[in-house]
Formats: sequence, structure tokens, C-alpha cells
Amino acid sequence: MRRVRIKDLFREQRIFEIRSLVAAAVVVGLMLVVAGRLFWLQVIHHDHYASLSQGNRVRIEPLPPDRGLLLDRHGRVIAENTPAYQITLTREQVPDLPGTIARLAGIGLIEADEQDRIERQLRSRPAFEAVPIRLRLTDEEVARFAVHRHELPGVELATRVARHYPYGPVGVHAIGYVGSISEDDLKRIDRQEYFGTAAIGKIGLERTYEDRLHGLGGFREVLVNAKGRSVATLGGVVPDLRSRAPRAGEDLELALDIELTRVAEEALGTYRGAVVALDPWNGDVLALASTPTYDPNLFARGISSADYRALTGDPDQPLYNRALRGTYPPGSTIKPLMALAGLETRLIRPEDRIFCPGAFSLPGSRHRFRDWKREGHGTVDMRDAVATSCDVYFYRLANTMGIQRIHDFMAKIGFGSATGIDVEGERPGIMPSPAWKKQSFRQREAQVWFPGETVIVGIGQGYWTATPLQLAHATAVLATRGPHFAPRLVRGLRDPGTGESTPVPPRPLPSVQLDNPANWEVIVDAMVAVTSGPRGTATRAARGAGYTIAGKTGTAQVFSLGQNEKYNEKEIAERLRDHALFVAFAPAEEPKIVVAVVVENGGSGSGTAAPIARTVFDAYLSGATAPAATAAGTAAEEAVTP
Amino acid sequence: MMSGEFTVSRTREAMGRGGRLLRALHLDGPLLLGLSAIIAFGLFILYSALGGNMALWLRQVAGVAVALVAMVVLAQVPPRFIRMLTPLAYAGGILLLLAVALFGDVSKGAQRWLDLGFIRFQPSEIMKVAVPLMCAWYVHDRPLPPSLPHTAVVAILFLLPAAFIAEQPDLDTAMLVCASGFFVLLLGGLHGRWLALGAGLLAAAAPVAWHFLHDYQRQRILTLLDPDSDPLGAGYHIIQSQIAIGSGGVFGKGWMNGSQAQLEFLPERSTDFIFAVMGEELGLLGQLTLVALYVAVLGRALYLAAQCNDTFGRLVSGSIALTFFVYVFINSGMVVGLLPVMGLPLPLVSYGGTSMVTLLAGFGILQGLHSHRKLVRS
Repeated sequence: MRRVRIKDLFREQRIFEIRSLVAAAVVVGLMLVVAGRLFWLQVIHHDHYASLSQGNRVRIEPLPPDRGLLLDRHGRVIAENTPAYQITLTREQVPDLPGTIARLAGIGLIEADEQDRIERQLRSRPAFEAVPIRLRLTDEEVARFAVHRHELPGVELATRVARHYPYGPVGVHAIGYVGSISEDDLKRIDRQEYFGTAAIGKIGLERTYEDRLHGLGGFREVLVNAKGRSVATLGGVVPDLRSRAPRAGEDLELALDIELTRVAEEALGTYRGAVVALDPWNGDVLALASTPTYDPNLFARGISSADYRALTGDPDQPLYNRALRGTYPPGSTIKPLMALAGLETRLIRPEDRIFCPGAFSLPGSRHRFRDWKREGHGTVDMRDAVATSCDVYFYRLANTMGIQRIHDFMAKIGFGSATGIDVEGERPGIMPSPAWKKQSFRQREAQVWFPGETVIVGIGQGYWTATPLQLAHATAVLATRGPHFAPRLVRGLRDPGTGESTPVPPRPLPSVQLDNPANWEVIVDAMVAVTSGPRGTATRAARGAGYTIAGKTGTAQVFSLGQNEKYNEKEIAERLRDHALFVAFAPAEEPKIVVAVVVENGGSGSGTAAPIARTVFDAYLSGATAPAATAAGTAAEEAVTP
Repeated sequence: MMSGEFTVSRTREAMGRGGRLLRALHLDGPLLLGLSAIIAFGLFILYSALGGNMALWLRQVAGVAVALVAMVVLAQVPPRFIRMLTPLAYAGGILLLLAVALFGDVSKGAQRWLDLGFIRFQPSEIMKVAVPLMCAWYVHDRPLPPSLPHTAVVAILFLLPAAFIAEQPDLDTAMLVCASGFFVLLLGGLHGRWLALGAGLLAAAAPVAWHFLHDYQRQRILTLLDPDSDPLGAGYHIIQSQIAIGSGGVFGKGWMNGSQAQLEFLPERSTDFIFAVMGEELGLLGQLTLVALYVAVLGRALYLAAQCNDTFGRLVSGSIALTFFVYVFINSGMVVGLLPVMGLPLPLVSYGGTSMVTLLAGFGILQGLHSHRKLVRS
């Protein structure tokens, strides 16, 4: 029989009470576990979680510094920071995204085939973010956008600061340009400093003075929510956020006269060539021109690949800095210095006369070193030899001096080594010597210096090469009669905050000391004869100048003639024509400016190069390039106005 | 002196009057105090968790008012009516669950809602109250501890609705429903060895159950073990929640001043993760205060249950009290990273009127069961 259980109320009550107590104990135990976990999170690991929380809520926004300006010697702004316009779209404010994009394409602000890509790009970014969809608007496009703006909610015109060169291509080979930071750039900069910077100096002064121009980047902490949207307050409380103001870069006060550079570039015209003008008394580079030029604004805005291909593919090589990197045989332009070397080594006297039959041969050799004047110059003294550019006189002189003495004298004046100009990229050229020849060719021991090689060095040919800058630099010694300065483009650094400028002193080089200082005047006198003597080669170019010019023409061979051939300019292809050179300073008695001109395939120094130098002298000495007297000021102002 | 005595006697008199009022309303003073403290504290932190959204906050205040009314009304119902109505409520609940399964609204990928035209509600909420009532109703006039067949019947009584609810799918509520039924058995004196056997079977069934879990549920469990494996996906909730709590420290960042919560790094900040908001803004002290209030309310509720002189009242009250604790433990355990992410709110604090009403309705029944006993005795 099955036992019937009856209810035992007392027992049920007791069971309940016991089990309730056990349950309560379990509850307390479990809550202690939770409390223990809270203690672990909030007390033991508080610092860890506090820093995670801080990292969550704060985003660091960079504040890029203003890049320093470039000012020319008259204070004209030649590199500045101006707003560049771009179109941004904020997705959450756009009611109809595909429609808006189609509308933008319809009014020609974006390419029709870009629509899909732009829409995808927009959808991949947060809806509240203003995403740039079109960069670098032209003024016309800005105006067109303004007309249609009301049809395009959520689409805005935004500005960012971009480098602008108001003079465009003028002086680009000195100034250089900035461009977006590349992988290579990242290797040589402190990434931290360039956190918010978009552009870096790529070439020219912009690159050389990058450290001074860039300034110090700042930052500010921004409160962000989980979606990355920046918010002003946190539950009504403005939180304590850190920030550091950026410090603007220094302005460069240049020695360069931008209008004089423009004059030089215009004088070169369509020729490929270079003009360097120096103040001989402090090394100031007054003009630095290399043609063809190009517009640095293309690079500052971000150059299109088509434009870049056009520049690199141009046979005239506009990107090539001929003034600093073009190495040319100096030709006859070094004859005054050769004469000076002869006087100083006492191997010749000014009044010594030699007969020029139109050619020179070394003893025991049948090789004829021809004079440019086939029939010869007849009997010439030193002054005549320089004025008429008699080759035979200098063949003979070079042969008498020997290569080592020539090398030592010319090296002292700067040939064969960089001038030390304060901008990157300069080439040293070649001042040949037997030692140099052994160093520079294969099979070193087999390299012997031949006497014939010395002979042609006497007229600036052979291995001897120099840059236009070096020619101007060397000629400056004749202008000052001794004192010598390294060329400089920057003569002051200005603090944009205080407006105070710190001058950069001229860098003197060892002066050239002559045993007989009277020799200076002998040479200068011969150079004046070049431009004003009865037989001078550059008299036409100097005619009518209200000042005396001391100069020397030069012609550098590109194409070697056979022994008995005659050079005929018209018959030779333009690219094979001689380079035309001219070095000069003025006024001869109290020089203010030294100019070196090289015109590639220009034909003759007297016909092509000398008139260019004359134009530069006229512009500088008349003061025409100073701001008040020219239209330069208005041109610069126009460019500043967006 | 006179005035002092007068004041004291006035106070006593007022207290006495208050006590009488509470007794007349079948409410328990200490329990009401605890519940009110939790609710007030909850509304305080909720205002911040809602980001100062006054409109939403007032909706919650309205929900609290409705829930308090429900509590007071249910406290007036005599136990015998409750006992009588229990099978009806249970059967009705089962029918509604069936209706949900057939015609229910789909919301957030789950079919939980029943739209009656004027109101949309979840029948599973009814079951949170109906299941413990029904289980207690079944065992109250049978000998306890329950025999095996009775235990089996009770198990069916809570597993059937749980299965419906789990199917919706709403595993969290299903688990609560199971727990409430199970607590009836436990408090009724379920044999220790059966308990052990059941636990053993459950452990053995775990690997099988694993296969029946939804992918997202499995992911939640795996995420608990290693939240950093997917910091922006499944692990995001748990990581951000721990950052919020940990960065709060002992005293917190201040009310309305928690960056994790105010800047929306913390998901579900006004509902499931409101405990983390409290941790961030009010710190360890704020959270321990709330935990202490919960334990106090639970202790008082168990005391009231034990005071009942009939089995039905005891078991129903005990089950309601312990189920309340399950909410507290699962939610807080989840927020602090001890338990997998589940969809249970922090009781009486999280935003949402439905669970507020259900919980206070349970406490109303509990107080009614307790206070009517006294009337019977006198």
C-alpha cells in the first residue's frame, strides 16, 4: 500500500526559512563577487582605464604653422600663403546624394565619369564629415559654384592655405617651390613637426631654408564622441583640453631683385641660357635667371601628370637650373683672368707685344691651334689681346705658364669648386690639372697631361667648365680688385611675430692679393677696351651707356671643327651653334654690379650675350627695378587678390 | 522641554498615522522605502544616461507612476483571489504566447510583441509573474518537499512558456521564467540530491545546448572570454563598459560628466548598460550604494515571504524576490564583464516602462500576500 504523505506545515515553514537563508547567503556572496570586480576595475586598474577613456574622448588636431614669406630686396612678396578653394560635401546635410553629385557634374564642377567614384568615397566616410570632392578651383569655377550654391545644400566652398608665387615663373630657379610631402621627404624630416603640414620645400630656397620657413607646428585637443564627431561640451561642462599655438616660420629677406630677374629673363627671350648678377661688394645675388622658366604655382597647387610630363619632356628642359647647374666651357671670358695670372707670375708684362698670325703651334708639332680670326690680329699687346680676344696671345701665355700655375691661380678665384651660394644644387664645374686628369678617368696611371691641353685651357676651352654663377663670382674679384664674397640669396631673416629682422652678414672669402696692385687697373682697363676700345668686341652692345662697362665676350664651342674648316653659323644646326658668353661689371671705376651671361647656342658673345648684360646693367643702374618706378608693385598686388 | 516632548509625540503620532495608512494599503514600509530609494537613485542616473533628454526622462517618470499604481492595486487583492485567478492568468498567458508565435509583430529581428491596436505589449512579461504564481499554486496544497511526479509537473509548467519565449527568440526572458519556476521548487524543499542530479544533467547538456544557440549568443559567450579578439565588434560593448567603470574610480567623474557615456562610446547607456554609467559618473561608492539597496530590498522581501503563514504566499513571494535578484546579478555581472552580454535590464533603474511595471506588480503581489495574512490572524 502506498504511503500517503500529508502536509506538514511547520516543516514546510522551516524548509522555507532555511532555504531562504541559504539563498540570501548566496545572494550576498554573488554581490560580493560583483563588488570585488568593481574594486578591481575602479581601484586597482583605475589608471589603465582612465587613460583608455581619455584616449577615447580626445582627438589631437594639428595646427600647422604659417610658412615664412619670401621677400625680394625691395620687400616685394615673391612667395606667400593664400587661400585655395575646394568644394566639400557633408553627406548628412545632402537630401539627395546621387542627385547632388549629378548636379555638380552638370555644371561642370566635377568630371562626369568621376561621379561613381566620388559617391563611393563619400559613403565610406562619416556622414557628418565635410569631405573634399574637388580641389583647386579656378576663380571662374568659384563664381560658377556661387551662382548654383542655393541648389546644392550640404555642398560648401572651403579654403585651405596654399603656397602662391605672385611672380609666377620669374626667378623660379632661385626660389624653387613647395609640393606635397613625399616618402623621400619623410626620411629627412621630423614627422612629428609635419603632422599638419601639407607642403614642403622641394627645390631652391624653399628647400634650402625649409627649417627656417616651416616654423613650429601646434596642436589642440578636441573632444570627440564615439562617431568621431567633435563636440563642444561634455554634458554641459567644458572640459580641460590642452593646446599649443603654432609658431610661424621666418620670412626670408632676399638679396634678389625680382624685377631685375624678370628683366634678365625677358632679355634672354626664347634662348636657353642663364644670367647671374651679383653685387661684388657683398656677394648679393641681384638676379638669377635661367631660361626657359616654369610656373612654380603648378607644383604648389599639385601638378597634374600631364603638366609634369610636358615639363620633363620639353627638349629645352625648363626644369634645368642653368645658372647653378649648367657647366659650360668659359671660353674667352677668362682671358682677363689669364692675363692677370700672367702678370702676377711675372711671365709677361702688359706692354709685351706678340705677333698673331692666326694660328699657334707648339714647338715640334704640326698641330695648328687656330685663332678665331683666321687672318690673325697682327701685333698685339695685352690690352689689345683682351680687347680683340686674340687667341694666339693666350695660347702662348698658357703654354708659358703651364697648367699647374694656371690651375692654382684659377682655383683661388673659385673655379673648380662650388661658390658656396646659400641655395642647394650648385655644381662645381671643372678646373683641370694633371692631378685632376688622373683622378677623373679610368686607368689613372695612363692619364698623362699633354701640352696641347694646356694651350686650349688658355682660351677657356678643353676640360675647363664653369657655371654662370662661377663666372659672375670670379669676375667679381676683378670688380672689387681683391675682396671676394660668397654669393648669397638671403640677407636677412624676419620674425613674422615681432617684425624684427636679423641680418645675415656677407660671407667674405680670402681676398685675392696681388704682388703689384697696379695690375688690377691694367686688366680692368683692357676690359673697358672690350666695350669701348677701337678694336673691342663688345662696343656695339655698350654704345650709348652713360657708364663704363668692363667686360669680356666669350664663345664656347659645342661642335669641333676640322683642322682647316671655317665656322659658318648659318650652316650649322641651331643646337650645334656655339654658346655665347659675356661677363662684365659696371661702372668700371666703381662697380655696383657684376653680370655673367651664357646663351646656349647663341652664336657669338658679342652679338647675343653682351646686349643681354647691357639690358640688365641699364635696368639696375637706372634704378628702374625699384618698386616705385615700375609696374612691379601693381603686378604683385593683383596676384595677391584672389 | 514641553515643546520637545510635544514634537516627539507629534512625530510618533505622524509615524503611527503613516504606518496605519501603509497597513490600510497593504504595503510594507521598509520595503517601500528601499524600492523608492532604488527608483529615485535610478531616475537620478537615468537623467544623465539619457544625455539630459527631459522628454524621455519624463516618460520614465510616467512609467514609474503607472508601475506604482499597479503595485498598490495588486497589493489590495486578497490572496485567495490571487490563488483563484492564477490558473486563468497562466492559461491566458499561454494563449497570448501562442498568439505571438502566430501573429506577433517582428521588432529588432525578434517576434515578441502583440499589437492589440491600442497597445503593444510582450505577453512574455505576463509570464514573469504568472509562472511563479502557477507553480506555487500547483504545489501549495500538495505535500512538500515535492515528490518526483509533482516536480516534473512543475517543471513542465515553467518549461512550456519558457520554450515559447525562447522560440521568439528571447532567451533571457525564457531563462528568467525558468528561474522563477525553479525558485518555487527550490524554496518548496526540492531534494538536494535531485538538485545535484539536475545540475549534473545541465552541465552534461551544455555542449548539446551550445549547438542550439544562435550565432550571436555563442559569440557573446566567446567574447566574454576574450573581449579584445574583436574590439570593434562583439567585444565593443564589454570593453567600453569596463573602460567606463574603471575610469570612474572611487568617486566617479561626476554626474553628467562621464565621457564614455555622454560621448556615446558606451552603447545602450540608458538601458542595459546604465550600471556602467553609474560606475563612471558616481564611482565605486555610487555603485556599492545601489548594490547595498538591492541586497536590502531582497532581504526584506525574503523576510516578508517567510512571514507568510501559507505555503502559496511564501513560495510566490520567495520566487519573486529571488527572480528580482537574478536580474540584478545578471545585469551587473554582464556590465562588469563577469557574465556574457545578455538583454536583461538593471531592475527599477534601466530605461523602459514594461519591466518597471512587471517588477513592481510582483512586489505589489508580494506585499499583498504578506499583509493580508495579518488581517486573517486578527
